[in-house]
Amino acid sequence: MRYMLLIYANEASIPASPDTVKTVSPAYVAYTHAMQEAGILLGGQRLQPTANATTVRSRSGKTEVLEGPYAETREQLAGYYMIEAPDLDAAISWAARCPGAENGTIEVRPLWEMQAS
Amino acid sequence: MADTVAIARAAAEAAARQSYGKLVAFLAAHTRDVAGAEDALADAFAAALERWPAEGVPARPEAWLLTVARRRSVDQMRRRQNGVAAEDHLRLMAAEIEAKAASEELPDERLRLMFACAHPAIDAGMRAPLMLQTILGLDAATIASAFLVPPATMGQRLVRAKSRIRQAGIPFRVPEREELDGRLDAVLEAIYAAYAEGWIDPNGSESRRRGLADEATWLGRLVVSLMPQEPEALGLLALMLFADSRRQARRSACGDFVALAEQDMALWDTAMIAEAETLLGKAAGMGKVGRYQLEAAIQSAHAARLELGATDWTAIASLYAALGALTRSPVVAVNHAVAAALAGRADEARRLLDGVADDQRLAEYQPYWAARAEVLERLGDRTAAAIACHRAIGLEPDPAVRRFLQAKLTALTDPG
Repeated sequence: MRYMLLIYANEASIPASPDTVKTVSPAYVAYTHAMQEAGILLGGQRLQPTANATTVRSRSGKTEVLEGPYAETREQLAGYYMIEAPDLDAAISWAARCPGAENGTIEVRPLWEMQAS
Repeated sequence: MADTVAIARAAAEAAARQSYGKLVAFLAAHTRDVAGAEDALADAFAAALERWPAEGVPARPEAWLLTVARRRSVDQMRRRQNGVAAEDHLRLMAAEIEAKAASEELPDERLRLMFACAHPAIDAGMRAPLMLQTILGLDAATIASAFLVPPATMGQRLVRAKSRIRQAGIPFRVPEREELDGRLDAVLEAIYAAYAEGWIDPNGSESRRRGLADEATWLGRLVVSLMPQEPEALGLLALMLFADSRRQARRSACGDFVALAEQDMALWDTAMIAEAETLLGKAAGMGKVGRYQLEAAIQSAHAARLELGATDWTAIASLYAALGALTRSPVVAVNHAVAAALAGRADEARRLLDGVADDQRLAEYQPYWAARAEVLERLGDRTAAAIACHRAIGLEPDPAVRRFLQAKLTALTDPG
């Protein structure tokens, strides 16, 4: 099954100086490497902070564009991994190893497996 | 005569449950689709519950259920929304297990199903209901009445939980050694939750609160038979049997609550006590103490009144001390205090109660206030004891227990 590991973090606790944002922390490098070696990693990215987010919706034919994230919460979506795992237990054990689990929260969500009809 | 019929019925129902649970577990473990497996077997199980008590249990119960399931499948598929899933399951059964069910024992996957039901990704409150339904085939209405939830709500929650098992990919697996203790604890906790819901009403006099104690004990036996080397599983079964052995003694003839130490021992089921003692002894020999073994040991100390003639409160107090050190539970502290008071150490009992007095959860916990009343009375503070007793009465939902406390309050406030 495919699972998304959605990494939620408190943005205030992430130093966002130009130097730190462009380099990946050693812990994440090791984690990503381990996933690749295990052959389960399908993809993953780090997101820019919600200060750079734009929210868009269409209401009665009108497009509304708002500055900021969908919801102002203490922890925000900061990045994700998509993995292939045999079952939820395997997905949970990868989520538990994620460096972001230490101070933030990882949400594990299975994907709908779409079939072309 | 009526007894013989009742025994035959109980035996047939137990056999139907065995076979039904095994078939559901087998199918679900292969497909992760619990609802589909239940659907495929629902009518056959109903027919078994109806016919086996009268006709006797067939020689190969699983094969019998399978044949009926297949025969009825056409009707079933016309009627049921889940027809496709049921058809898939019946095909799987035909391909994989018909030969096995006819000739040899079906592989027992019920343990794996139990671990799926008690998975950490399943809401803790739904683990016991899920097990009762999938392993034992109890309907949502019966489970709902035991857990005091509207039947439709319980039905929805069960459907959602089963869908979650399938969609989230919850595995049907006995966990590896390093995580087994924690996961087994969740299974045992769910069984104990079903048990505790059951024995609140020992007479079954309130029909809407049909006891699930028998069903929980059955599940406890199943876990012990599948994991005989797990001391906590043995401990839980012993605990349930000890408590069950006093079912008849817990209420007086007119339905009044009778405290354990006051119970008429002639009403205790000594065969059940002996079985519990054997289980507990076996568990103790494995050298790994745990919560359920300690709780069973406390029950065993109560049962020892049969030989000693009096309750050894000192022994019980020290077992509660060990249990408290393990669980850090304020409820255990309250029981520890009562035992200490009855062992003649009211000062220590008061210190124990004061130690947990700040815990917000105890503000609405009746036994805490009843214990306070008991301890304060022993310390000679009848006024404060009466206040605590009054508080306990206000918190108790069971009229029989309320009457018991009321009598105590009257004695406390009686100037003579």
